[in-house]
Amino acid sequence: MVEFALPKNSKISGGKTWPKPAGATETREFRVYRWNPDDGKNPSVDTYHVDTNDCGPMVLDGLIWIKNHIDPTLTFRRSCREGVCGSCAMNIDGQNTLACTKSMHDVGAGGAVKVNPLPHQPVVKDLVPDLTNFYAQYASIEPWLKTTTPTPQKEWRQSHEDREKLDGLYECILCACCSTSCPSYWWNSERFLGPAALLQANRWVTDSRDEATGERLDNLEDPFRLYRCHTIMNCAKACPKGLNPSEAIAELKFKLVERQI
Amino acid sequence: MALSIVHRATGLALYFGTLLLAWWLIAAASGPSAYANVQAFTGSAIGKLIVFGYTWALMHHLCSGIRHFVWDLGYGFKANEREALTWGALVAGIALTVLVWIIAYAVGGGR
Repeated sequence: MVEFALPKNSKISGGKTWPKPAGATETREFRVYRWNPDDGKNPSVDTYHVDTNDCGPMVLDGLIWIKNHIDPTLTFRRSCREGVCGSCAMNIDGQNTLACTKSMHDVGAGGAVKVNPLPHQPVVKDLVPDLTNFYAQYASIEPWLKTTTPTPQKEWRQSHEDREKLDGLYECILCACCSTSCPSYWWNSERFLGPAALLQANRWVTDSRDEATGERLDNLEDPFRLYRCHTIMNCAKACPKGLNPSEAIAELKFKLVERQI
Repeated sequence: MALSIVHRATGLALYFGTLLLAWWLIAAASGPSAYANVQAFTGSAIGKLIVFGYTWALMHHLCSGIRHFVWDLGYGFKANEREALTWGALVAGIALTVLVWIIAYAVGGGR
């Protein structure tokens, strides 16, 4: 259920301002959410100054620079640094996106780069959210090929046209930017599957090789799992891969109606 | 997201506005003095503001509802279409409200 205010121990208070790097001619201010599960303190926002002449252009470059040069305790997930793994999803300047593909020069015209963890998820530490529920929901849509006919000698064949139907669906990297931007997901994350899992559900419903379409649609026909989507469109706005979960959800709703007539 | 919230808020406002409409109809059915009371209220500055707000809530909810209808049919999901629909609903709601009031004043002379 939604909470209108943060719990007492989650309220942000204070924060340390770290000294500017010595000898740097151009710096960029970063305000980063910090929370340590071990010290018993409330979260805070620390201020850092990144030497932009010694650092790459992306927000992730800035965070890595901070970790290497100022504060090694700063914790965040990152891996591929090119927008294919989805690890570094976080809230930058009020928008959920990938730190590795977001240029710090595109953030708020010279002001501070504000970095927070993905909204409305439990925080493990600093910028690392606990996505257990998100992954469990992905698992619940059974994201694998389900068939009843005997497995062919070679691969499962698919025409070019049928393969093209998966464009805009298969590219999802499960970064959770969309689901954690969705107000409906904030309210009902324990029962509503959220845009990411539903886009994946549509990916398997659409797949011409899959033979469990009816079963998959049965599983979605639920006032909460699918129909908590109210076409708010935050998901489509947030997706760093330019996908459109709200369109995928509309297609699912359409297919559910279609099979009844 | 903002327009989604406005859609819901106007929907809620319509419940109260409909009570106003019901009051007006019941008064019209029950006699001249009751009807005069309603006319006095809706003719006052606050009454006019409330009725104007109700008109906007109705028109906005109508336009925004059409927008949702388009989406339910599976159209208008591209980023530019999405923005156009949203701004269209907002502008059309305001324009229709003003239009209704201009017509109302032209026909009824502000009574």
